[in-house]
Amino acid sequence: MTDTPLLKVSDLIVEFPTRNGILRPVDRVSFEVRAGEILGLVGESGAGKSMCGSAIIGLIDRPGRISGGEIRLDGERIDNLPEERLRRIRGKKIAMVFQDPLTSLNPLMTVGQQLIQTIRTHLPLSQAEARARAIALLEEVGIPAASTRIDAYPHQFSGGMRQRVVISLALAAEPELIIADEPTTALDVSVQAQIMALLKRLCRERGTAVILITHDMGVIAESTDRVAVLYAGRIAEIGPTRDVLSAPSHPYTVGLMASTPSATGTMHTLSQIPGAMPNLRAIPKGCAFNPRCEKGFAPCFKDIPVLEPVNESEVACWLYDPAYEAKAKEASGASE
Amino acid sequence: MLAFIIRRLGQALLVLMAVGFVSFAMFKFMGDPVENMLGQEATAADRAELEERLGLNDPIVVQYVRFFGRALSGDFGVSYRVGLPVGEVIMDRLPATLELAFLSGVIAMTLGFFLGVYTAIRRDGYVANFIMTASLIGVSLPTFLIGVFLIWLFAVNLGWLPSFGRGDTGSLFGVDLAILTWSGFKSMILPAITLGLYQMTLIMRLVRSEMLEVLRADYIRFARARGLSQKTINFGHAMKNTLVPVITVTGLQFGSIVAFAIITESVFQWPGVGLLFINAVNFVDIPVMSAYLLLVAVIFVTINLIVDLLYFTIDPRLSVSNN
Repeated sequence: MTDTPLLKVSDLIVEFPTRNGILRPVDRVSFEVRAGEILGLVGESGAGKSMCGSAIIGLIDRPGRISGGEIRLDGERIDNLPEERLRRIRGKKIAMVFQDPLTSLNPLMTVGQQLIQTIRTHLPLSQAEARARAIALLEEVGIPAASTRIDAYPHQFSGGMRQRVVISLALAAEPELIIADEPTTALDVSVQAQIMALLKRLCRERGTAVILITHDMGVIAESTDRVAVLYAGRIAEIGPTRDVLSAPSHPYTVGLMASTPSATGTMHTLSQIPGAMPNLRAIPKGCAFNPRCEKGFAPCFKDIPVLEPVNESEVACWLYDPAYEAKAKEASGASE
Repeated sequence: MLAFIIRRLGQALLVLMAVGFVSFAMFKFMGDPVENMLGQEATAADRAELEERLGLNDPIVVQYVRFFGRALSGDFGVSYRVGLPVGEVIMDRLPATLELAFLSGVIAMTLGFFLGVYTAIRRDGYVANFIMTASLIGVSLPTFLIGVFLIWLFAVNLGWLPSFGRGDTGSLFGVDLAILTWSGFKSMILPAITLGLYQMTLIMRLVRSEMLEVLRADYIRFARARGLSQKTINFGHAMKNTLVPVITVTGLQFGSIVAFAIITESVFQWPGVGLLFINAVNFVDIPVMSAYLLLVAVIFVTINLIVDLLYFTIDPRLSVSNN
């Protein structure tokens, strides 16, 4: 595609000043999302995936802040906008769906009140028109008897139904991008697939792009067009989901795939990546993955690798650096 | 809902009977009423006759039931000190206490709520921090000291407001109220502030901490992610969610305002039931004391009932799940 991407994140850095120094949960992350595309952000807890989502929608809790890089939506820079202009973008152009539908809705307001309020914040509609639109939205996300259920309170819905309501709230003003932060993690397994299918269908119909934040490789495989694998605040590998999952390049992605059971694929013995992701306070010098990497060699312990194209994807690993490729082969050959 | 109210009323009656027993027991253990009524020159025959007439020879349970029955119909006996029926004496004084409590309650609640919300929203602001620090004074200074200080400043030095008494009263539906006249209203200001200051700081600190808690909730984050304005979020979403715990405490505080107006009323010589009670204690006027005890219990029980009913109007989760 040659047109400008819907969302372009370049060299994004998020920092949290703490008593023991500055932490960087997101470190020089760059990616693009095209209109209508579903991008997955995958990684372990603390890899910085949720923080990326919060940064894009401008909801990083103080004292955290975006300290570097830029975020562009439709070519317009949004990371440095004043709060009031950012607020107009939230919900209208970028919406967010959170993990826990049980706590995402205000318990003291009916579902309808919350929907109508959101609709009227962004669209010039009368109360009656907004209500009609709210009912239509609820019907669209599959709430039965929407015209009566609209006056129910959140606690009168089941978990799955509530997440449908949350999705309808996110879609209320027809955003161009939805950031879905673990949208199915808190749900029953049987409901998870329904909610993902719903989210996918609605976004395809409207051409809404989605950033899907999850740690579930299964969800990534089923739902996303492209995927970015995050490790310790950096992108380790990014590319078309098919390529990244079937032929992972970064040793971390390889390990991740080897440790994921597949429902349809061939049987394989599950293995685990030894060790744990480093604490943000103690990220090792060089590649952050080096203490756990089987293929580590000299440059991995010195310098931080940058994303380089490998086949269809981009990978941040010294193994694929042209200058080291020959040596790397040697090193991996020696270890086998 | 109706079943709930009936159940609550039943519980309220039990509480009142227990308190009633305590006030009844006061007659038994604090001095000898017969002695008080007859004086020193009475003969044994006079004594026996009076004891019989007052029903003091009946079993204690019978006496208690009789006491409680009379109390229910507003008959608390005759004050030893002024020789008038206690019901009349108290009803004469009650409007003064209630209007004072009402004014200071309104001040405490509105100001406390407003300042609490303000300090929560402007968490790091200088003004908010100053208010928070100043509120420590309100929490820690004893009531009488605040009262005396206010008298010293506004009555003695500045001479703006009267230092004691109730001023003139106006009549509304046959009840004499000071708030209806300018001089009465001026007299009320200092005692109302004195009485309400502690409550105000308490409510303020409670509202602030509740509000901060709610502002961290997921649904507030989601509301922000939907682009709702900060005003809508603060006042439409967050504030209502702080109300349930706040109302509980506020209700009980209002009860305390009425019940513990004693100190304020003595400092300002406010002619309410608190002052009446203090005087009754000095003269061992047991009928007045026991009636006051019951009155306070009734007020607390009533407020609790109102608070419970308010929950239903605020939190839909309660009423719907009951159906």
